[in-house]
Amino acid sequence: MAKMLMKGAEAIGEAGVRAGAQAYFAYPITPQTEVAEYLARRMPEAGGVFLQAESEVAASQMIFGAAAAGARVFTSSSSPGVSLMAEAISYLAGAQLPAVLINIMRGGPGLGGILPSQADYFQATKGGGHGDYHCLVLAPSTIQETVDLTFEAFRLADKYRNPVMLVGDGMIGQMMEPVDFEGREAPPRGDVSTWATNGCKGRDPHIVRSLFLDPLRLEANNHELQAKYDQMKREEVRFETYQVDDEPEVLMVAYGTTARIACTVVDDLRAAGRKVGLFRPITLYPFPEAELRALAQKPGVKQVLVVEMSMGQLIEDVERVTRAAKPISFFGRCGGIVPSPEEVLDAASKLFA
Amino acid sequence: MTLQTTFQRPESMRDTVTHYCPGCTHGVIHRLVAEVLDELGVRETTVGIGPVGCSVLIYNYFNCDFQEAAHGRAPAVATGVKRVRPDLTVFTYQGDGDLASIGMGEILHAANRGEKITTIFVNNAIYGMTGGQMAPTTLPDQVTSTSPLGRDVGQVGWPVRMAEVIAQLRTPAFVTRVSSHTPLHAVKAKAAIKRAFTLQQQKRCYSFVEVLSTCPTNWGKTPVEATKWLEQSMIPYYPLGVKKDVG
Repeated sequence: MAKMLMKGAEAIGEAGVRAGAQAYFAYPITPQTEVAEYLARRMPEAGGVFLQAESEVAASQMIFGAAAAGARVFTSSSSPGVSLMAEAISYLAGAQLPAVLINIMRGGPGLGGILPSQADYFQATKGGGHGDYHCLVLAPSTIQETVDLTFEAFRLADKYRNPVMLVGDGMIGQMMEPVDFEGREAPPRGDVSTWATNGCKGRDPHIVRSLFLDPLRLEANNHELQAKYDQMKREEVRFETYQVDDEPEVLMVAYGTTARIACTVVDDLRAAGRKVGLFRPITLYPFPEAELRALAQKPGVKQVLVVEMSMGQLIEDVERVTRAAKPISFFGRCGGIVPSPEEVLDAASKLFA
Repeated sequence: MTLQTTFQRPESMRDTVTHYCPGCTHGVIHRLVAEVLDELGVRETTVGIGPVGCSVLIYNYFNCDFQEAAHGRAPAVATGVKRVRPDLTVFTYQGDGDLASIGMGEILHAANRGEKITTIFVNNAIYGMTGGQMAPTTLPDQVTSTSPLGRDVGQVGWPVRMAEVIAQLRTPAFVTRVSSHTPLHAVKAKAAIKRAFTLQQQKRCYSFVEVLSTCPTNWGKTPVEATKWLEQSMIPYYPLGVKKDVG
């Protein structure tokens, strides 16, 4: 099949259908309402369920019910809506249910704005809801990668029986790019027969819950979850590097749309004879800890520059994992402002003393 | 002489020890639902959705698949189940704090969408599990731990009559209020519950059964006094009967 020119939000919807999602529940919110608009037509065509919920609270709880009944399900929203889903995400993690959630981030806090942002990094990677849990978090930087990671998100949700969150920014949701669905197939479903609540004919009843009043049993559940997070750290870390083979004097770290801008800056500075490279985490959780640390510790690397559309969130993980191996600087724009290549180039240039 | 079994545990219930207080009618209501599941032959194709509150452990009593929902969210969770598995029988079992307070949004919208599910709404006019706080259903002047001088309707409004609220919506098929405090009322309650589940089997949209229930512990009464209080104080404010039946 030829490439199609698609808006990011619509590409997410199509990827969900092709990845075998049986249901999509959501509530409209800019800048990703086009996912719902696309699926309102497309899901019924594909034999699936589309339902507009009364709120993000309800949409995410519908995801819980459908996932617990053994269906492959997803939802999408943007920052304030994802805050409302935090309750259900915690319950999904606690009850060990597979589901895919997409956050097309916009500026905050509060109602904030409707333009691109990466200010939900903490919320996505450190929890957002209550209790000891993590979503597996994927951060694409192109529409094609958004499509590919949407397929992956469903596979990983099943593999770990855990919520998987794909985070893009408003740019990813609204931008149009050519996408190719060729050769991309729905990942096989994980085995739901041992836990799904879909009628107990021929077996003992199944109970889906996150309530364990016995503290020893609850602690055991937390250890079960932690074992999955440890396995994710071993098996699911993804990242990309650009121009790092010669141990760049300045190593930039950025993800999503910001990483694309950083790529441009790397090219421009390289053309001017400056040794600069980029490290792009693709999994924000699990974070590519060892890989970034090893790179930052190379003798040729003198400075690290973290670029984000936030006041500085990713930088805390960079500081944590590089263990202050090298001085770390930050450049960020927020409020919905996408940094220009020129201002990032300025910030990087200053580090070449 | 041959002994015949004339009364036994429904297959839809488990053989276990109750955690409910003496005189509480949750156990009665559980049994009525279980008998109906047995009689309709749907135990193996049923998914129940539990609330947060005294009946949070409902899955320990029912011998069918169960999901434990977040506080008030059972109707949204049930929507998710039923939409992807319309072949299953799906019901929510919710108390008055769960359904009429924190879950008011979810219950109204599930009812208004006409989800093909059944709700058993247990109204005992108080928060039981957290120890007797005021609920949206707490009666005027009723003393609770968070209305120590009695519910002041000038400050917190009048108790919500949920069955009447739901019956105002155009979509639902069957809305009724019954009670559980005497054997005769329990028999009538069972008939209502059976009608609600039968309508669901016929793929008719939303059915809602409000069941008045006792809470001797948090009302500060003996079980017998609690039964009298339900009869004399609750029923006048919460009149029993069918509020809507599309036939």
